[in-house]
Amino acid sequence: MTSKRPKSKEAHKIKGKDKKKENNFPTADEGASEPDHPDYIFPLVLTSATQELFGCRADEDLTGENPYKLLKKEDIVQDMKTRASVSDFSPIKQLVLDYPEEELLLVFDRDFTYGQSFYLVLTVEAKENILKPSVQGDDEEQINHEEEDEEMIIPKTPESRPWMSLGSEQEIEEESVTESRPRLRYKISPLLRRCGAPVCFSDRSALDGKEGFVECPSYQDKSFSIREMERHTAIQASSDTKHSSTQTLWKYPRNMWTQYESREFSPEEKEHHLQSENLKNFITSVLTRFEISLQQNHITDVFCDDWTALCEDDGALTGKTETQLKEYQSFMDLHFSKEKTISHIHWHPTISGVIAVAMTERLSLEERIDNSTKLLLNPSYILFWNFTDPINPQLQLECPDDVLCFQFCPSDPNIIAGGCMNGQVVLWDISAHVEKLQDTRSGGKNISNKLDKNNVTPVVRYCAVSGIENGHKAPITDIQWLPETFELSKLGIPVENPSRISVQLGTCAPDCCVLFWDLRPPRVVSQSLTDVKQKSEEKPLENPHGVPNTFKHLNLTWKPFIRVSLPKIGSSGEYSPLKFSLRDNTVDCPTGDKPPQNTDREEGCGFAQLRVPSAKQQKPLENISTKLYVGTEDGELVYTDWKIEKDNDSGRLLSSKPIHRLLVHDTLVNTVSRSPFFRDIILTVSSFSFAIWKEGVTSGPILRSACSKMLRTVGHWSLSRPAVFFIGKEDGSIEVWDLLQNSHEPSQSQNISSAAVTCISTSSISSKQHLLAVSDRLGTLHILQIPWTLRRSSNSERQIVKKYFEKEEERLEYFEKRQIQHEKEKKEMEAEQQRKKTEPVMPLKQEEELEAEALKEYEQFLALEKVILKNMGLLTETEDRSDL
Amino acid sequence: MTAEVEETIKRIQSQKGVQGIIIVNAEGIPIKSTLDNSSTVQYAGNVHQLLMKARGMVRDIDPQNDLTFLRVRSKKNEIMIAPGVKTI
Repeated sequence: MTSKRPKSKEAHKIKGKDKKKENNFPTADEGASEPDHPDYIFPLVLTSATQELFGCRADEDLTGENPYKLLKKEDIVQDMKTRASVSDFSPIKQLVLDYPEEELLLVFDRDFTYGQSFYLVLTVEAKENILKPSVQGDDEEQINHEEEDEEMIIPKTPESRPWMSLGSEQEIEEESVTESRPRLRYKISPLLRRCGAPVCFSDRSALDGKEGFVECPSYQDKSFSIREMERHTAIQASSDTKHSSTQTLWKYPRNMWTQYESREFSPEEKEHHLQSENLKNFITSVLTRFEISLQQNHITDVFCDDWTALCEDDGALTGKTETQLKEYQSFMDLHFSKEKTISHIHWHPTISGVIAVAMTERLSLEERIDNSTKLLLNPSYILFWNFTDPINPQLQLECPDDVLCFQFCPSDPNIIAGGCMNGQVVLWDISAHVEKLQDTRSGGKNISNKLDKNNVTPVVRYCAVSGIENGHKAPITDIQWLPETFELSKLGIPVENPSRISVQLGTCAPDCCVLFWDLRPPRVVSQSLTDVKQKSEEKPLENPHGVPNTFKHLNLTWKPFIRVSLPKIGSSGEYSPLKFSLRDNTVDCPTGDKPPQNTDREEGCGFAQLRVPSAKQQKPLENISTKLYVGTEDGELVYTDWKIEKDNDSGRLLSSKPIHRLLVHDTLVNTVSRSPFFRDIILTVSSFSFAIWKEGVTSGPILRSACSKMLRTVGHWSLSRPAVFFIGKEDGSIEVWDLLQNSHEPSQSQNISSAAVTCISTSSISSKQHLLAVSDRLGTLHILQIPWTLRRSSNSERQIVKKYFEKEEERLEYFEKRQIQHEKEKKEMEAEQQRKKTEPVMPLKQEEELEAEALKEYEQFLALEKVILKNMGLLTETEDRSDL
Repeated sequence: MTAEVEETIKRIQSQKGVQGIIIVNAEGIPIKSTLDNSSTVQYAGNVHQLLMKARGMVRDIDPQNDLTFLRVRSKKNEIMIAPGVKTI
């Protein structure tokens, strides 16, 4: 539907070309078909002459790319004048003349968009529009460019332009209602007679009655219907405005943090405050209060809790009243210990619950000699017992002869060293059987299982013995490993032990010497022929089957490297040691100051590879005491130094003379043992008495016991309580001596077995279980549990015991002093007596002379009496004569 | 003037058992201290509150009275606090 197009002002001649034309308007009266070109465009045809004249030849001057040419108005006017009606411009003559500007735009219309090959732009505005966008391109581009221009162009206020008619006023004209004829006017007036009469007006509602109003309701008239063909409405689109708001809820958590800082003063402010007078006054006023309080605190310790400090010894609290040693287990081997006795006990240092005992023949010397042949057939053993199996020993170590003492190596529990009756030192290596020992410990207590498995106890042969001619000539009574912290050089100087394993041990025997042995192969200083021969002979000698080769280098050739002899002080001869004790030993303080064990050390490997280091490399250690106590057969305690000195005269290495010796016991000393808590306290036990010594105190023992009726066979310090030690007796009882309670008698005595006690050893399995191993002469090993009272030491017990020993020491000193003083007094007395003796002797008076003297005295007395009485006037003369 | 203050502080500090001294102004901000900064700040803040409470209590019971000295004894140690005289 097309609306009426307004008439165009100009009439145009149109040559019909149908390309892109909308010729919808066939109205004849209008005459002109509407071109689709705007009004400002006038298509015209230019003849070639005109073209040449204006220099706008088609396709030559003006091309598709450059279709614009500005023509001067004057030229056009001139042309029109010259050629009048023939001029191409004649139809638009008026328009050209009206053109305000000087130049008109002629556009070469190649595509005949407006119907002709050229068109003339008639308005300035259009010219501008065409020129500008045409320079830049298409319409679309034009819009974009306009938009771009708009952004770049500074917005300026729109200028008002004269209204250009676009045809809208015609529409308005058509819509407006105009009067087509003059309005008719009618005047209606009532009759005159009605005028002037009084009228009364009243109100009447229109709704009263039916006649009040006349209604003309609309009704649907079926006969008449008008179909609305055209409706003229105006529509305006408008949107409802709606005002709404929404707020989202922040559902998920968001971390927030805040940071604050405490208020502080800057240094200047601080200075300022410090300077102020106020502060000074304040401080001076407050100082006294502070000092009072501090003094109060100083006087009494406020934080001391008297209540807890009151009960130091809570032994009574626990209600455990057991003080007896409870029998825990006992081991008796039926096969091996028939006629034997146990000579030595040693707990396994690492595996708990394993104990080793040395079995020896229960024969005196004479019997031994008599039965020596039989003895050779009966080998002696060291048995390993495990708590889980009381019937069968776990392991047997074969010995060349009766072993009187043995010890596990403290750094390697698989090496055991023992001293035999024939003076040899024996070494065993049980590393092959260690797992078995450990397994049976941790394994079940299934006895039947065991019976199936081990009916036969494995026998381990010794892997090395010392050479017979080099060792002791008497049964070895004591053997001790040196701790791994130091080793001895050739001269007996303790030097640092780099390898941290015990490589040396000491032995003593009643052949009057203490020997020190080294486990490493000796440095060969000079190779004599015999040595070389021996070596070459022994190289192919393999150890018998089953014996590890740990000490093959020592077997049968082992020699001690230090020999300490004990010449007697003041007389000739030597002491014969039975037991000895070093200060830093491994027997009495197994948990003493050892360096931390490095467990990644290879076990048992290195003895053959270790070499005695050269004397130059070794660093002597200062704090190791080289003195040792030796208990002798005669009951003496000898204090000697093991260092070897060079005798200047002969150039030989000799051991020094003992420093002093003390004779206190009557019979042989069977125990020399250091307290595990005090390194300088030594217990020596002999048959009838025991004594406690302090190292350095040479006047006598600190404590000497009374002679007991029953022989004392062995003594042992308790591991947990510094004041307790155990004494074994010949009747098979154990005496527990507690120095805190009594020092003149044992605190308790308990009978263990019927035979004499041969050895005591303690071990702490756990903190709750301390065990005492007691062996007796019949070959039974008793394990006893140490009760809580003997196990637990109170906090200050060590201090108390220390003080006790110090007191005893002072007593000894006092005694010494008194002794000296006594001596002095005695000397003085004797001197006085001497003096008395040298004075002239008075003649003995005869008896008669004595009588005469007495009579004379009596007479003198009578005379005196008379004189006095006379003077007093009491005596008469008659009495005076009769008396005579 | 600071010399005197310093001397006094030294005197107290040299007494047996004294671990440290802190001088605090009326608002609880430490002025001088012989302890390290974090401890000082901690002590100052807490002590200030306690002192306010204690003083408030004393004044509450008897308005004519005032707090002279406060000793806080704990298991491990003791803190002594002396408040300054409040003007107005």
